[in-house]
Amino acid sequence: MTGKTDIIPKISLKGLHKQFGNKVVLDHVDLDVMPGESMVIIGGSGSGKSVTLKCILGLLHPESGSIKVDGKETVGLTGKARKQVQKKFGMLFQGAALFDSLPVWENVAFGLLAERKVGREEAKEIAIEKLRRVGLGPDVADLSPAELSGGMQKRVGLARAIADEPEIIFFDEPTTGLDPIMADVINELIVECVKDVGATALTITHDMSSVRKIADKVAMIYEGNIIWTGEKDNIDHCGNAYVEQFIHGSAEGPIQMALLKA
Amino acid sequence: MNFLAVIGRVVFSFLQAAGRLAIFASTAISHIISPPFYPRALMRQMITIGYYSLPVVGLTALFTGAALALNIYEGGSRFNAESALPSIVVIGIVRELGPVLCGLIVAGRVSASMAAELGTMRVTEQIDAMATLSTDPFKYLITPRILATTLMMPLMLVIVSDTIGVFGGFLIATTKLGFNPGPYISTTMDFLENIDIIASLTKAAVFGFFISLMGCYHGFYSRGGAQGVGVSTTNAVVSACILILLSNYIVTEMFFAS
Repeated sequence: MTGKTDIIPKISLKGLHKQFGNKVVLDHVDLDVMPGESMVIIGGSGSGKSVTLKCILGLLHPESGSIKVDGKETVGLTGKARKQVQKKFGMLFQGAALFDSLPVWENVAFGLLAERKVGREEAKEIAIEKLRRVGLGPDVADLSPAELSGGMQKRVGLARAIADEPEIIFFDEPTTGLDPIMADVINELIVECVKDVGATALTITHDMSSVRKIADKVAMIYEGNIIWTGEKDNIDHCGNAYVEQFIHGSAEGPIQMALLKA
Repeated sequence: MNFLAVIGRVVFSFLQAAGRLAIFASTAISHIISPPFYPRALMRQMITIGYYSLPVVGLTALFTGAALALNIYEGGSRFNAESALPSIVVIGIVRELGPVLCGLIVAGRVSASMAAELGTMRVTEQIDAMATLSTDPFKYLITPRILATTLMMPLMLVIVSDTIGVFGGFLIATTKLGFNPGPYISTTMDFLENIDIIASLTKAAVFGFFISLMGCYHGFYSRGGAQGVGVSTTNAVVSACILILLSNYIVTEMFFAS
């Protein structure tokens, strides 16, 4: 048998369980993200989206379960082995998370300077090229992150995420806090950059316009469980009451009922 | 029963915190000798901690030395011991006041700044971002700060503090109290022994280590937004000051207890 089933998922989560004290945040999550695919995880606040992402990135350690990247187990990796996996990753944080003690170009070239020991002049050239890629001019390179608007910070964060040409790029609420036009600009940049780099993308968001723009596949997480996974085009007719309530942003539906019961 | 449970919880949480701090400190020390190294980050910290602390350390030492000279002169005159002023000033400043006051001032300036900066980096996900860029935040942020403070305290700040402190006493003694400059300096040099300088620099290194350790530890584990960063900063300064005073006694006991 050949075809998609033979392809090793770029990211594979199996039975991922995470809790903080008695609060179960991830309850045996299973999810596969195939190479070159853009997977978007949707879900309400506190549903476990960010924790899933942080577990994959190695920033949080799950209580049990498996996280495989390119078929290799990553749970419990430390030191050099963890670093090898991290090199495959790029990440755009919700608040951009730029280093405010460094100028913009050093933020973009941070990985090149600190780890790949690229010379400062060469690193600056690469940073300026990446900034151009996200629609920012060279005049921005020497500014401090505090001098940039929210949208520009997100673009710099995106430039930093793609600077080392990662195999997998994570996006944490990429459009939160932006006006609709800037949000659309960021969404388009994400699509273009992911395509350019040839990366696999995993995004978490609750912004449906982002989902429609950047997703190939969508997974919905609710109370620590993946309750639906499917193609983006099927989301409007998926027949899942939770998903339908979420994408329509309706106050009526099972999600609210569950909250009231709690 | 409840009372015992409360005591148990307090003891348990204290031991937990002490254990976590010990692991943090040993990790920081082990990273000093294991690559990768970040010389640029180290240099930046050495300049920030050493060079930029000089004005406040110098001013503190100058006024402390001057006030010490006045106090000793006035106190000594009660039993005709004014002539002991140069020797008491030099021993008091070099053994005790120079390193301790410098330590407390640097704790206020550097420990607070480290805790606030690292705490803000923690709550704005900058530390997580660093980890996703394949850079160990501990090696890049913590180790250079601890190494820079431990080096700059003895090699720059306390040497300056001791020198300016003694000079402050000299200034007041020669301009206001009628001492002759030449004999004052020769008495000072006669009474100053190598062990005094070694003890002073040892204290400085120990204080520098604790100042940076407390600033980094509390900042690195900040939680809960702006309020959490504020709490971390306060805890960093208070714990650094307490450790300075405690270790000052221990080092003094090691060097000078007969």
